[in-house]
Amino acid sequence: MSVLDIAKGMGVTLGHLFKKPVTVLYPEEKVDIKPRFRGRHHLLKHPDSDLEKCIGCSLCAAACPAYAIYVEAEENDPNDPTSAGERYAKIYEINMLRCIFCGLCEEACPTGAIVLGHEFELADFRYQDFIYGKDELMVGVKGSKWQRREAAKKNKEVNIGVKSVPRKELEGVNYD
Amino acid sequence: MDPWYITLIKAFLVSIALLGGFAYLTLIQRKLLGRMQHRYGPNRVGPFGLLQPIADAIKAIFKEDIVVTAADKFVYYLAPFLSISFALVAFGAIPAGPANSLFGFDPWVMDLDIGLLYVFAATSIGVYGIFLGGWASNNKYSLLGSLRSAAQMISYELGLGLSALTVILITGSLNFREIVDFNVWGMHPLLWIPLIIAFITYFISSTAEINNTPFDLPEAEQELVAGYLTEYSSIKWALYMMAEYVNLFTAAAVLSSLFLGGWRGPAFLDQVIPGISQWPLIWLLLKMAMIVFTFIWLQATLPRFRYDQVMRIGWIWLFEIALFAALLTAALIAFVV
Ligand code: SF4
Ligand code: SF4
Repeated sequence: MSVLDIAKGMGVTLGHLFKKPVTVLYPEEKVDIKPRFRGRHHLLKHPDSDLEKCIGCSLCAAACPAYAIYVEAEENDPNDPTSAGERYAKIYEINMLRCIFCGLCEEACPTGAIVLGHEFELADFRYQDFIYGKDELMVGVKGSKWQRREAAKKNKEVNIGVKSVPRKELEGVNYD
Repeated sequence: MDPWYITLIKAFLVSIALLGGFAYLTLIQRKLLGRMQHRYGPNRVGPFGLLQPIADAIKAIFKEDIVVTAADKFVYYLAPFLSISFALVAFGAIPAGPANSLFGFDPWVMDLDIGLLYVFAATSIGVYGIFLGGWASNNKYSLLGSLRSAAQMISYELGLGLSALTVILITGSLNFREIVDFNVWGMHPLLWIPLIIAFITYFISSTAEINNTPFDLPEAEQELVAGYLTEYSSIKWALYMMAEYVNLFTAAAVLSSLFLGGWRGPAFLDQVIPGISQWPLIWLLLKMAMIVFTFIWLQATLPRFRYDQVMRIGWIWLFEIALFAALLTAALIAFVV
């Protein structure tokens, strides 16, 4: 290491002193999430007919390496169908404590019903609060269970710390 | 001369100032290091993180105070106090302004004729705190850590003393007040050559003295077990940290008193505001701030030297170059000036 190298290095550090830090001041600032980030799942609907995409086939549960998904299927009522197929998922639960966010459920799903989104603030206090049912996963529901509980308590809107544009598989999901 | 109780009050105030300075230096250091690494540094506690030192202090006090069963208890407790008390004591000899300038009192705690020797002695005893702490912990990592410090100390002390010798030869005094009054740069221009060399070697040696990067072998906080600090926790650990930062202040004050004119301001400013270069405190603080900033800047830039590299730098480069500067000064004073 010569003296010149040291001088050069000192110049670099001094230059960086006057640059803006790259730190995102989370939670005051929102995190800029990249499109392929794998966060909390969303269960999607067909946007035009408002029917659920999930047909209750349990392929996601079979693919899941962490056994995090539980599906119970039921025949659709022909007059008032819940899903676009023959059957639909009566119960659809994901245990977020078991889930490793690998995305295999998304790959396994034949209808593109379960897709991993960008929300990541899933922390909570009790084990049972980590089981996300259909009503928590359904598209249009914003925030984790805790965030929604907290927002309801304070009578405020749910505020998620994510700033991102959903990829095209996340049909109908909106993070604004 | 001030009466003894004024001296006592001054000593108390200087200690308080040094400890308060220590608290906020930790914050400034972390902020500067953060900004140099594209981070913000601490900004959560209070506005701009200004209460961070207080939070740290509370945390340090409430941590469990672990005492190693197999430790040599007396020395184990003594070592951090040795470090901090001699670090504080060393600062007393530094003058911060001309006589009677601070509300009619002298802006120094002690006016010692052997001021420089006194500072060297006190800071060297402070290093014993590190040795003894490492030894008394009865832990091989602590012992190795304090051996690293010992090895480092015998390498830089020579360079430190010999670089200061250049100034002593020119001023003919060990008294800080007289050294500052003398204005070493005002002599023959040929003397600038050894002075500049001595300034550089002194700067490098005092970087080693205060265990700043690239000479932070004793603690080596990034990758090794924390050296002599391994078995220390809670307030005893905090005392060691205080000693380290107070030593940093002392090193900066001695460096500016020896080479940068101490408490004197630039004379040309007197034409703008008469007498400004004689104002107490501010010039010394400004110079210390500049030097401390340079230390932090070095810390953000340089990697650590290896054990043997420190030895080589100390014994082959610093010692020889400082000796050359001292001999050159002696020759110039004897034959030219
Ligand atoms: S992301 Fe992976 S672990 Fe999580 S539910 Fe889907 S398949 Fe299971
Ligand atoms: S989410 Fe997809 S894979 Fe899972 S049960 Fe529904 S349709 Fe089948």
